[in-house]
Amino acid sequence: MSTAAIHADTHHDHHEHKESFISKYVFSMDHKMISKQFLITGIVMGMVGLIMSLIFRLQLAWPDEQFGFLETLLGKWAVDGKLDPNFYMGLVTIHGTIMVFYVLTAGLSGTFSNLLIPLQLGARDMASPFMNMLSYWFFFLSSVTLLSSVFVETGPASGGWTVYPPLSALEKAMPGSGLGMTLWLAAIALFIVSSLLAGINYISTVLNMRTKGMSMNRMPLTIWAFFFTAILGLLSFPVLLGAAIFLIFDRSFGTSFYLSDIYLEGVGALENIGGSPVLYQHLFWFLGHPEVYIILMPALGITSEVISTNARKPIFGYTAMVISLMGISFLSFIVWGHHMFITGMNPFLGSVFMILTLIIAVPSAVKAFNYLTTLWKGNLRFNPAMLFSIGLVSFFISGGLTGIYLGNAALDIQLHDSYFVVAHFHLVMGSAAIFGMFAGIYHWYPKMFGRMMNKTLGYFHFWITFITAYLVFFPMHFMGLAGVPRRYYQFTLVEDFNVWMDVNKLITVAAIVGGGAQLLFLYNFFYNIFKGKKAKQNPWQSNTLEWSTPVERIHGNWPGEIPTVYRGPYEYSRPDREEDFFPQYEPDESAPEVLHTKETKSAPDTKKVEEVEEGSVFFAAIKRVFGLS
Amino acid sequence: MATEQTAAFEKQPMWAGGRSPFNVSYGKLMMWIFLLSDAFTFSSLLVQYGAQRFSNAESAVTTKWPDPASIFNHFPFMHGVHLPLLFVSVMTFILILSSVTMVLAVEAGHRNSKKEVQTYMLWTILGGVAFLSCQAWEWATFIHEGARLDSNLFGITEQGYKHLESVGFGDHFEWEAGDRTFGPVPFAALFFIVTGFHGFHVFSGVVINVVVYIMTFRGVFERRGHYEMIEKAGLYWHFVDLVWVFVFTFFYLI
Repeated sequence: MSTAAIHADTHHDHHEHKESFISKYVFSMDHKMISKQFLITGIVMGMVGLIMSLIFRLQLAWPDEQFGFLETLLGKWAVDGKLDPNFYMGLVTIHGTIMVFYVLTAGLSGTFSNLLIPLQLGARDMASPFMNMLSYWFFFLSSVTLLSSVFVETGPASGGWTVYPPLSALEKAMPGSGLGMTLWLAAIALFIVSSLLAGINYISTVLNMRTKGMSMNRMPLTIWAFFFTAILGLLSFPVLLGAAIFLIFDRSFGTSFYLSDIYLEGVGALENIGGSPVLYQHLFWFLGHPEVYIILMPALGITSEVISTNARKPIFGYTAMVISLMGISFLSFIVWGHHMFITGMNPFLGSVFMILTLIIAVPSAVKAFNYLTTLWKGNLRFNPAMLFSIGLVSFFISGGLTGIYLGNAALDIQLHDSYFVVAHFHLVMGSAAIFGMFAGIYHWYPKMFGRMMNKTLGYFHFWITFITAYLVFFPMHFMGLAGVPRRYYQFTLVEDFNVWMDVNKLITVAAIVGGGAQLLFLYNFFYNIFKGKKAKQNPWQSNTLEWSTPVERIHGNWPGEIPTVYRGPYEYSRPDREEDFFPQYEPDESAPEVLHTKETKSAPDTKKVEEVEEGSVFFAAIKRVFGLS
Repeated sequence: MATEQTAAFEKQPMWAGGRSPFNVSYGKLMMWIFLLSDAFTFSSLLVQYGAQRFSNAESAVTTKWPDPASIFNHFPFMHGVHLPLLFVSVMTFILILSSVTMVLAVEAGHRNSKKEVQTYMLWTILGGVAFLSCQAWEWATFIHEGARLDSNLFGITEQGYKHLESVGFGDHFEWEAGDRTFGPVPFAALFFIVTGFHGFHVFSGVVINVVVYIMTFRGVFERRGHYEMIEKAGLYWHFVDLVWVFVFTFFYLI
């Protein structure tokens, strides 16, 4: 085995040094440890976000019921077990913020970019391990700041996760616009610093630190996805920072960038005039839309890798996958207006944003079809990671289709801020991305902890989560089409929405079951860190470079020299090989060194050749019948 | 066999891995990437400025964006003299000169000439400090004239008009009696935030330059064998300079 040859190399690069608990687990500069820190913080934040959603789901399903345990849990926010309307808004806001930024941005991209960029590219660590550490700790501080806002007297920020002014700009507008909102802004500022430090690191590592032979077109699609994600974050988060700076000044220093003539509580114009709240929306969505892809693209990258490995086939259309990522990244910057069709924008501008938005369906469809064609006639191995990846493809399609509806300005005017939107983004961005994250965790758990997760629990986790996710979000489409608006505290107060109470109950029950299924995952995850079965060197027979590192993770990743890369990452089931995979790091003595795309062309499998011949016989027969030959 | 393949890779184009495609260290690359990101921050601030200004251009409520040449017309020790934009031109000139000295420091670094690097870095730091001091004076004067974050004295309010008339600049503004309206409120606020954010960048640059100066002084780069740190600081300094050109154009010239 060539891996043995690589590892038998001299140990001159590896210095044994004792690390203290603090430098190993707390202020670690090892990218693998930092990735685990991101993951576990992300899981904790995810559980908080999930519990919040269950609490407000209870309110929506049984608005008149009194839940004693809610008063125990929330105190004055649920007097007599009935949720306070302001706190309901706070829960919705913080749920959104946590899920979008803390779980699916930092938890997903932070974890897997940190873990995989050096490992899959053949680098000892990130370009700057110190900045990497700072990035995590800024993220940690940011998480603590955000969570602390739940405990202030006036409650957390409650103007929705997009914190539109004037609700967010005027302290008097609602209770949550006080200290809670200030803490929200502080948390986001810290988060932006964290994501900037991380993004700079990811990009320079990808560009500068690839091992010998790892040309850009041999990079695994995960790395391409992380690379584009980092670029998106790098260019869009600063704009949110700009927006936040103006918001902070509006809140605390008397400026009125986002405030124009407003009457509060029916009396008196405020002194702050002359600004425009729509401007905030422009600046926010210039981040907000790329943010959607910052969330989704790492999940798509992980899925590409997991599907190809477990279908034992080269990914269908590697170049198309890269170009579609590139296209999505570019387009994501010029479509933010589709969040603002009803703000009174010029209808011509609306049509421009509409057309650009619908164009995104093209690269997205390329990706969806490539996943399906990779699965087609593959030698599928249904382990939990693979199931979650297929789940992602399912959500990506079913949620993506409604994106085409919502991208239409004419339809969006009806559907805007209804449950249809909630259903759409929870499927395509929420569920799809979290499934990508689960796929990544199940797939790279052996690399992170050197142990295996329990497969059976994984199956239960997948099926329950998959079914309940559809049960939760699919009915919301119909509610939205009927005009049920999002962010309402209690639907029984509105006569027309009373008919949906049964559906609301179904959704809540499904959400509770789905939430419960995550306990299986938590048990599986934390128990197996300590007690799991020891992992093999390459448990999934994968091609990529990270599986050539020793199971016992070491600082510096490879004990000897860093392996050289000889081919692309998706050389599965090559007909000229005995094994059905051909690792990137294995030197090839006989075959000339070529890219996998060319390789598959030069060596089509025999079955295909037969089909082609049958086809031509068929055509020859037709030609003869019609006298064409 | 393996060595042959290794040799083959070295002949391959620079994107083939095993080396930096741009032949730069990761630190310099990171600085470039950071500057790209920072450019977007400044863009968002300037977009805000543009949006506010255009929405105030021809509305019924606010008729006129104040004319910067009539407001920024003070010069130290020249009380009451109308010297439009002279002081800010001096500021700009100082900042550009400091960029020149930075270039000279980088060039001296290429020649590993520690003494010259020190000299030019010192001039650059002085330039930065001078710019910041000028900005402090500019702000102080502006505030003294009545500029506030939450109101705009300049332009068209009666109070502002009377004030300006009393100091002799009434001719530069249009004012109709009975037209009790506010001036474009964000005018002063935008000025403070955007020039303040830029000034904060200059301040950070001065701190970086001082650190680099001390490191040069203590021979850190001499021992390291190269003065790349000067180049990285230089990239940042030139960027801050470039941003000022835009801020200057938007806030003073047009």
